[in-house]
Amino acid sequence: MKTICFYFQIHQPFRLKRYRFFDIGCDHYYYDDFNNESIISRIAEHSYIPALQTISEMIAASNGKFKVAFSISGTALEQLEIYVPEVIEHLRNLAKTGCVEFLAETYAHSLSSLYDEAEFARQVQMHVNKIKNLFGLTPTVFRNTELIYSDEIGEMANRMGFKGMIAEGAKHILGWKSPNYVYSCGAAPKLKLLMRNFKFSDDISFRFSNQSWASYPLTADKYMDWLTETPENEKIVNLFMNFDTFGEMQSKESGIFDFLKALPQCAEIRDINFQTPSEVIKNNQAVDNIYVMHPMSWADEERDTSAWLGNRLQKDAAGKLYSISERVRLSHDRRLMQDWIYLQSSDHFYYMSTKHSSDGAVHSYFSPYDSPFDAFTNYMNVLGDFIDRVNAQYPDTIDNEELNALLTTIYNQDAKINQLESEIKKLKSGKKKAVNSGD
Amino acid sequence: MKALMFGWEFPPHILGGLGTASYGLTRGMASCGDMDITFVIPKPWGDEDRSFLKIIGANCTPVAWRDHDWDYVNQRIGHCMDPQDYYDLRDHIYADFNYMQHLNDLGCIEFSGRYPENLLEEINNYSIVAGVIARTSPFDVIHSHDWLTYPAGIHAKQITGKPLVIHVHATDFDRSRGNVNPQVFAIEKDGMNWADHIICVSDLTRQTVIEKYQIDPRKVTTVHNAVEPISPEIEAIEPKKNTNDKVVTFLGRITMQKGPEYFVEAAHRVLSKTKNVRFVMAGSGDKMNEMIKLASARGIADRFHFTGFLKGKQVYEMLKSSDVYIMPSVSEPFGISPLEAMQVGVPSIISLQSGCAEILSNVIKINYWDIEAMADAIYSIVTYPAMYDHLKEEGKNEVDQIVWEKAGQKVIDIYKQVLGWQ
Repeated sequence: MKTICFYFQIHQPFRLKRYRFFDIGCDHYYYDDFNNESIISRIAEHSYIPALQTISEMIAASNGKFKVAFSISGTALEQLEIYVPEVIEHLRNLAKTGCVEFLAETYAHSLSSLYDEAEFARQVQMHVNKIKNLFGLTPTVFRNTELIYSDEIGEMANRMGFKGMIAEGAKHILGWKSPNYVYSCGAAPKLKLLMRNFKFSDDISFRFSNQSWASYPLTADKYMDWLTETPENEKIVNLFMNFDTFGEMQSKESGIFDFLKALPQCAEIRDINFQTPSEVIKNNQAVDNIYVMHPMSWADEERDTSAWLGNRLQKDAAGKLYSISERVRLSHDRRLMQDWIYLQSSDHFYYMSTKHSSDGAVHSYFSPYDSPFDAFTNYMNVLGDFIDRVNAQYPDTIDNEELNALLTTIYNQDAKINQLESEIKKLKSGKKKAVNSGD
Repeated sequence: MKALMFGWEFPPHILGGLGTASYGLTRGMASCGDMDITFVIPKPWGDEDRSFLKIIGANCTPVAWRDHDWDYVNQRIGHCMDPQDYYDLRDHIYADFNYMQHLNDLGCIEFSGRYPENLLEEINNYSIVAGVIARTSPFDVIHSHDWLTYPAGIHAKQITGKPLVIHVHATDFDRSRGNVNPQVFAIEKDGMNWADHIICVSDLTRQTVIEKYQIDPRKVTTVHNAVEPISPEIEAIEPKKNTNDKVVTFLGRITMQKGPEYFVEAAHRVLSKTKNVRFVMAGSGDKMNEMIKLASARGIADRFHFTGFLKGKQVYEMLKSSDVYIMPSVSEPFGISPLEAMQVGVPSIISLQSGCAEILSNVIKINYWDIEAMADAIYSIVTYPAMYDHLKEEGKNEVDQIVWEKAGQKVIDIYKQVLGWQ
C-alpha cells in the first residue's frame, strides 16, 4: 500500500505601487491595491474557487478517503478576506470535513528564518493564531517560505514544538536516497521531514500541458501506474505544488480538473491511499537523518536561496530590511507593524533577481516591474520611507538595548501606578465605610 | 575575399559614431581572416591606422589626366596614399571631367571630409570618383557605409556588376524625428533599392527601413555594433574628480535627437530632493544655448555644467570622473557611447528608444520622455551603493563580451550569402 501526501501552497504578497524617491517622506501608503486586487480575484476565479469545489466534491465522493494539506500565507489570507471572502468560506467548509490539514508558515511568507530568529518565531506564532481563528485547527506541521530548509531552521522549528516539516527532495541533499520515505532532521531528530518528490510534483504542475513533453498527454491512470512502479519499499509520495497549478498555471482547458477528479479512483484500484502530513508522520518511521548545512529551497535549478539572495542588490535590500528588525518590534504603532509584515514578503526580493534563461522567465511572471533594477529601486525607496518612520518613533541616539530597558521600565511603572491607584481607591472606600460605621 | 568599402569618416578625425563604427567593424572583419579590404574616404589625413586595410582618398583620385613625376605626387599625397595607387587610378579615368571647376593640380576633386553646406554636391562628386576607383582593381563585393556613400556604391555596382551591400548606420527619420528631408530620403531609398542586401545597426533601424522605406524584410539584416577594447593609454587615465558630490554626465551632441531637455528636467527633479549631485552636459550642438537657458530657468544653473566639445582623452577623463552616464536619446540607431562608459565602469541609464538597449542588460532603461523614471534611476544609482556596484561591475563584464569580431563575422557571412558562396 502506497500513500500520496498532497500539499498545496497558496500565497500572494502585497505588491508595491510605483514609488519614486520624491514620494519618500510624503506618501506612506506603499501598495498597489488595484494590481493586487485584480491578480487575486483573477486567480481565485480561475483556480482557487473551482479547485476548492472540486476537492470538496472529491472528499464527499470518496467518503473522506481523499485528503490534502494547505499552507496559506498570512498576506494571502488577508487579501482573500478583503477581496474574495468566498474562498475563506470554502476553506472553512473543507476544514470541517476533517480531511484537510493546515500547515504553519511565516505570516509574511518571509526570509526571516535566515536573518532574525525572534522575528521568525513571532511571525510563525502570528500565523498559527490566524489559522486557529479562521479554521479552528491548530497546525502541527511546519513549512518554511518556499521550502527553505537547513539544519538550523529545523532546530528552530523543533523548538517551536512542531512535529514535522516539509522540505524539498533536492538531489544535492538526498544524493542516492529517495524522497519517498520519512526522514528526520539531523540536528533535531525529533522533527520529522517530508521530502518533496519533485519529479512527480512537477509532472503535474509544470509539464502537464506541455505538448512537446514525451509523456503528454498525462492521464490519471498513467500517472498512478508510474507511482506503482516505484520500488516496493518506498511507501510515500510527497506531491507539493502551488495551488494555482489547478486553473491558472495549468488552465481548465488542459483538463487538469478532470485529471484531479480521476485521481482517487485510479489510486484506489491500485491500492494507493491519501494521507495528510501529520498522518504520514504518525504512521511511518524515519529511516535516516538528513543534514543540510546550507539552506536549500524548491526554487530554480539550484534549489538554494539564490532566487532571493543571489545578487548584490538582493542581499543589500534584505540586509537593510532586517537591520531595523529589533527597532521595529520596540514600536507598537499598528500601521508600522503592518507595513513591516508586508515588506518582508520574499517576492519583493524575487523580483530583483538578475538570473536569465528559463529561471528568469519564471521570476518575471507576476512581477509588476520591467526589470530587476526597477524592482530594487522601487523597494529601496519604499524602505527608505519606512526606515524614516521607524526612526521617527524614537530618537536614534538611543540604541536598542537602552531603549528596550527604558520602555520596559515605563510600562512596568505604568502597571505599578494602575495597581497603586486601585489600591488607593479600595482603601479610600474602606476608610469611608469605617468612618461611616464608626459613628 | 576582396571588399571595396565606401565610407565618410575614419578615426582619428571623426565627428560622430560613423567613424568609430567603420573602424571597429573593418578591424573585426579583418581579424576573422581571409579578408582584403580597400576603404575609400573623402579626405584622409595620413594618420589613420592602415595595418589591416588599404585606404584610398577620394581627394587623391584623379578624374582628369595630369602629368606629374613620382616625387611631386609623393610630396603632395604620399603621406596618405601610395603614389603608385595614384598612377593606377589615373589609368582608369573613364570620361573627360576637365569641365569641372575646382579640380586641383593633380586632377582631383577637393573634399572637406565633414558635413558642409554643399554636402549634396560633395556626395555627387564622391560618386563620380567612385567610378574611377571601381574600374581600377578587382574586388568581390561593394560595401557602402551610410547614405552619403550610397550613390558611390550604386555607381560601382553599375560599372562592375558586383553585389552591393549597404550599411544603414542611421536614417533621416532618426535625425529629424519624422520630418525627413526629401532629397536625403530619395538618396536613402535609391541605395536600398539598388542594394543586394541591407545591414542595419539595430532592430529599431531595421524596422524603420522595412516600414518607412518599404523594403522586403528578407533583404534586411541586423548586425549590432560593438565597441573597441580600451587601450592601455585609456586604462591609465586617472579620474580628475575634485568634488565629493556625485556627478551625472550626458555626453553627446546637444541636438534634438539626443533628448537633452529631458536630461535637464530630470536633473531639476533630482536636485529638488537631494543636494550633493552635480550634472554635466558634455558636447556641443545647435541646442546648447537653449539648454543653458533651460537650466537657468529651472534654477539649477549652479549645479549644472557645460564643458563644450570634448576630444580624445578628454572624453575618458570625463567619463572616469562620473558616477552616472545617461543617454536619453529620442531615437538612437545604436549608440556606442554607453558601451564606452560601461567599459570604464560607469553605471549607465539609456532610453528604450535606442538600438543598444536591444543588446544590453546591465543598464537601467527608461522611456526618453519619462522624466520621473529617469530622475528615480539617477537617485537610485547615487544613493544605493548596491545598485552602483552592481551596474559598474556587471556592466563592464557584459560590455567586454561585445566585440567587433562577432559583428565582423556576421558581415562576412552576409557577403558569402550575397555572393552565393557557401
